[in-house]
Amino acid sequence: MMKHDFLFPVTKKQKNILSSVMLVLPYVLIFLGFIIVPILIAFSLSFTYFDTINPPEFAGFDNYVYMLTGDEPFVRNIIPNTLKYAFIVGPGGFALSFLMAWMLAQLQRGPRKYLSLLLYTPSMVGAILVTILWRSLFNGSETGYFNAFLLHYDFIEQPIQFLQSPDYLLNIMIIVSLWSSMGIGFLAMLAGILNINPELYEAARIDGMKNRFQEIFYITIPAMKPQMLFGAVMAIVNAFNMGEIGVLLSGINPTPQYSGSLIVNHIADFGFLRYEMGYASALSVVLFLIVFAFTRVSKILFGSD
Amino acid sequence: MSLKGTHINPKKFHRSQIKFYLILVPIAAVMLLPIFYIFSQALKPLDELMLFPPRFFVQKPSLRNFNMLIMTAGETGIPLTVYLFNSVLVAVIAISVNLTLTMITGYALSKKRFKGRQTLFNINQAALMFVPIAVSIPTFLVIVNMGILDTLAAHILPLLAMPVSLFLMKQFIDQLPDEIIEAARVDGASDFYIIRKIVVPLTKPALATVAILTFQATWSNLITSQFYINSELKKTFAFYMSTLTSTLEITVAGQGMAAAAGLIMFVPNLVIFIIMQNHVMDTMSHSGVK
Repeated sequence: MMKHDFLFPVTKKQKNILSSVMLVLPYVLIFLGFIIVPILIAFSLSFTYFDTINPPEFAGFDNYVYMLTGDEPFVRNIIPNTLKYAFIVGPGGFALSFLMAWMLAQLQRGPRKYLSLLLYTPSMVGAILVTILWRSLFNGSETGYFNAFLLHYDFIEQPIQFLQSPDYLLNIMIIVSLWSSMGIGFLAMLAGILNINPELYEAARIDGMKNRFQEIFYITIPAMKPQMLFGAVMAIVNAFNMGEIGVLLSGINPTPQYSGSLIVNHIADFGFLRYEMGYASALSVVLFLIVFAFTRVSKILFGSD
Repeated sequence: MSLKGTHINPKKFHRSQIKFYLILVPIAAVMLLPIFYIFSQALKPLDELMLFPPRFFVQKPSLRNFNMLIMTAGETGIPLTVYLFNSVLVAVIAISVNLTLTMITGYALSKKRFKGRQTLFNINQAALMFVPIAVSIPTFLVIVNMGILDTLAAHILPLLAMPVSLFLMKQFIDQLPDEIIEAARVDGASDFYIIRKIVVPLTKPALATVAILTFQATWSNLITSQFYINSELKKTFAFYMSTLTSTLEITVAGQGMAAAAGLIMFVPNLVIFIIMQNHVMDTMSHSGVK
């Protein structure tokens, strides 16, 4: 049965291909325009000088050389801060999500539902409320809740400028990010644990499984590797998406003595404040490489092959 | 820790669960304290905001901060409702388009056979690690060159590139049996008919999840208003709230208003998630990355 509703006759197979293309085309265009093209632009601009007014001028590896030899805050603060933050918030948030999910899975449906809602809630407060909330708690005057608490119980004599102090800012950022780290990766891992076939546990017990740690490492994790990988990727992406938190909390970019500045803030500093787009793009490329390295490790740990 | 007692997803309470409650309940409580604090802060009347040492819980709750916030907002000349309208408009369009987009693309990637299908899915899966904030500058250049700077499209299009939505949708459609779709095809049903009459009714949980994720991404988004929109009249509620609160926080009275503003932004997220929690969990069961 061949219908001639096209300008020229088409076979069923061609029609099928045509309809498949029509279905995926809109998404592919958006994906190209707002993911692939921006990444390619970032990559190309990273080899140029570009001040947004004059056309980009080829600069070879100058931006990357400057990054390592001329940009002192980058070497001294940005990279160590970014790595410390990413290593604690990424794997830390991931481990926390897994442990919470594992414990929740041992409860009945009712309490599990409410407790998981409570743990998930901080991840959806959004940038605005996160800022207002933690700025209010860590306010540097004696009206700040933590300062008032510490003063009242005589732990300190003077209020501490938590959010302006290089000693505290990065650690506070880590606490805030961990607080809001149980997002959809956490929900995915919870669902993954609940989906494991109970017969696997039964069989392992018969085979002489001794304790819960063995059970986690030999049954639970291997049986839910795909969700572990999803959770790991989400944890890393979430950590970097929260990267502006230092600037939001301290209210300035760069943060006091660069103490809470991460590579994301450095990109905004050079791109939108100094209009050095070439250098900012080189920083973006470095950020991509860092995220890529983290996901690569997750893949090695939890990939299925 | 012995293996006796608890199981995964138990039906009944067993005393071996007590240790989990002893860990989980305090952690959940500590995590929730900051949120209680901000609720309480938003409801505090002026004298309680000024109190030293500050109290955690409000004594005489009042809506004064909310009223003051609306009054202050009115002073700038642009009514609050304009920003609110923009935000709702952006969210509604973004959600509708994203649901359509992920549905048709997810269906094609899952149930159609064509060359490049697997490659497309793999690229999208790799893009799960995409961090949009890293390319805000190139994205700006794309928007300028498309000629959509300062338009509604600049609010919406960048947020539609959301690999996680497509990923979850495709994984969910994967578990629908191929037979029912083949049967419809043999009867001569078109793809759009199959999507509307068969796939959509069976993928409600995934649709709900995509809707929530899109809502969360648009409702609290600051980047589009900050960089891609110039006219005040076209900016969103989230952006307005963030500029307003950054000036408010300096005074003690302003802190109460800032808390109120933050809550207005947060409560819709919370309510929508609570309504759809079961759907989200159902979708997450199919979220594994292979």
